[in-house]
Amino acid sequence: MADYVELMGFGPKGWGLLMAQATLMTIAVSATAFALGSALGALVAWARIEGNRPLRIAADAYVTVLRGIPDLLVIYLLYFGGSQALTALAHLVGAKGFVGVNAFAAGAIAVGIISGAYQSEVFRGAFAAIARGELEAARSVGMSRPLLFRRIIVPQALRFAIPGLGNVWQLALKESALISVVGLTEILRQAQVGAGSTRQPFEFFITAAALYLVLSTISGLGFQRAEALGMRGVRRS
Amino acid sequence: MKLMHLCAAALVASLSLVTGASAQPKDWANIKIATEGAYKPWNFTDASGKLIGFEVDLAEDLCKRMKAKCEIVAQAFDGVIPALNAGKFDAIMAGMNITDKRKEAIAFTTPYGRTPSTFAVLKSNALAKLPDDGKVYSLMPDGLAAAEKSINEIKPLLKGKVIGVQTSTAQANFLEKYFKDVIDIRQYKTTEQHDLDLAAGRVDGVFASISYLKGVVEEPKNKDMTLAGPRYGGGPLGFGVAVGLRKGDPELLAKFDAAVNAAVADGTVKTLSTKWFGFDITPQH
Amino acid sequence: MDFDFLKETVLLLLSGVPLLLQLSFFSIAAGALFAVLLALMRLSGNPVLDHAARSYVFVFRGTPLLVQIFLIYYGLGQFPEIRQSFLWPFLREPYWCALLALTLNTAAYSSEIIRGGILSVPFGQIEAARACGMSRGLIFRRIIVPQGLIVALPAYGNEIILMTRSTALASTITLMEVTGIASKLISETFRAVEVFICAGAIYLILNFAISRAIALVERRLSPQFHAPALAAAVPERA
Repeated sequence: MADYVELMGFGPKGWGLLMAQATLMTIAVSATAFALGSALGALVAWARIEGNRPLRIAADAYVTVLRGIPDLLVIYLLYFGGSQALTALAHLVGAKGFVGVNAFAAGAIAVGIISGAYQSEVFRGAFAAIARGELEAARSVGMSRPLLFRRIIVPQALRFAIPGLGNVWQLALKESALISVVGLTEILRQAQVGAGSTRQPFEFFITAAALYLVLSTISGLGFQRAEALGMRGVRRS
Repeated sequence: MKLMHLCAAALVASLSLVTGASAQPKDWANIKIATEGAYKPWNFTDASGKLIGFEVDLAEDLCKRMKAKCEIVAQAFDGVIPALNAGKFDAIMAGMNITDKRKEAIAFTTPYGRTPSTFAVLKSNALAKLPDDGKVYSLMPDGLAAAEKSINEIKPLLKGKVIGVQTSTAQANFLEKYFKDVIDIRQYKTTEQHDLDLAAGRVDGVFASISYLKGVVEEPKNKDMTLAGPRYGGGPLGFGVAVGLRKGDPELLAKFDAAVNAAVADGTVKTLSTKWFGFDITPQH
Repeated sequence: MDFDFLKETVLLLLSGVPLLLQLSFFSIAAGALFAVLLALMRLSGNPVLDHAARSYVFVFRGTPLLVQIFLIYYGLGQFPEIRQSFLWPFLREPYWCALLALTLNTAAYSSEIIRGGILSVPFGQIEAARACGMSRGLIFRRIIVPQGLIVALPAYGNEIILMTRSTALASTITLMEVTGIASKLISETFRAVEVFICAGAIYLILNFAISRAIALVERRLSPQFHAPALAAAVPERA
């Protein structure tokens, strides 16, 4: 036990500092991915609700494809092929030169794109939960579309979306572990480096598991609090 | 649609900020070099995460000769060539051998190191008794016949064995070419993974460059491991380790070539390699 | 579009499909059995069993599958006690390690789904069954399972599809199923986009087939919700 504490501690031979830095990296890449996923998810949900037919088909295809293929493949595509794809995309909008993709960007974008597919489902469900009557009333009073969106839809949809988003965040946290295969030094990669260097994979991977559990528990508590805050003043039936 | 364009542009702009890729000035005053960071003692990371090793020292020396400022970054080995071609960095110094297959994708300088590859096994394994221990065979046209004779000799001894190798390396190509039908080849993402499995007895042996394996078997925690069998070089195993560059950068290639030749000529490579490997890896011309 | 390359790639990738199917099928089957056990432990009313099952589910749902795979494959291989035990012929092979990790993981998620299904059966029916003198086993077999299954099926179907996707992680411990072959091809040919398209297509087709199969099972199991088209066939009376 004392050996383990020395191994993971913050002393001269300890890997504690490196594991802590890796944890920060995990949080950073998951948060970036989640934010990207929210933006994408909102767009795609809007396309599925209000879009015209081609838009809806595209959005449906996006969600079906990204929920059907392994996350690892998406990460490989963006990491190995991302430069090709993103350079092409950049040329589309008139940018010049190469767009390189490092492990953080590739990983965050990959997990973000996957997360976007799940988040669009959450937003769609949340939107559907808003009382139709309110939307009708707002329109009959003469509210413009942007005002309707800003004052009626967003506050309520966000509130209904919180439990679903909590789940999707947990997913993003766990998917960040996959980015280790393209070399990003987050928790799992750091654990692997430590395991190879000290020949003690069990200690390192148990520590990694514990770190993920801590992150997921804290996140769970955070989202519970957010849900409670969101449900302030709402009378339970 | 304008919204989409705006979003895409914003995304791309933010990515360029993240990666800082831009059109390279042709004077090459700033060079970004990629290495793996997990291939001791060519290139590895110390406890604080800093990149160190033979190639890190050599890179600094070469850049001094080229009068350029160099930045060394780490990159996973199996993605290093596509990343070079995409412009993520300008050169590769990652223990990468010159092979015909790689020459199709990138350009190489003259080599600064050449070591054969061999097997590392547990002392308790039957493979520890492979014949021709330590004898070097060249797979170049002049030595190919002798090399193939040796390969055919050890094939029956390797039948049914499990051998680990790092994926997308020249060593993996060699095993696939000559031993595919007799052994179970396990491809690992990093050398540390196959070392772990060798220690655990999951693989009967690993196949890698002597420059790497010598350091591995000399470590106290690996006292149960030993080098075994003949050593092979050339042909699919490559013609030596060199700097990898994009095909469209002939001026950079010329600069690096001049620097490498100078470093080999004045013994810098010999000194550095003795420091890191314990023996001289300078290619004998 | 280099169709020759695409064709070659698809053929190479297809050779990994049997392994993928094996890993999915056996892990889902074994995981289901274990999940039923876990669900029953949680519903048993015994606090010790309940707590043990809850902790298991918490740990396996709160950590990434990749960490679980590495822990079982590399972590367990560290101990000489394990290397010399009767378990080693299994744990030595990446196939069994992957199967074990996938099974333990899916059991955690599935147990919650099954528990939800069991709890969804209206309590009144159970009370009535007990009043008739049905034994616990009979109640489970005749009342709970048929109805709980229908409720659990959509979520369980989802889990099956997720599991088929998760087999891709077995490629990180040298198993050459579809993703493993794809990643090797990408690093050999440097043509990531084409290889990805082929591999992605294979997974999508597989998933489509599985969703259709599950939808079919759902329809067959719940005839009471799908009125037959007899009404249309009956001719109108004059």
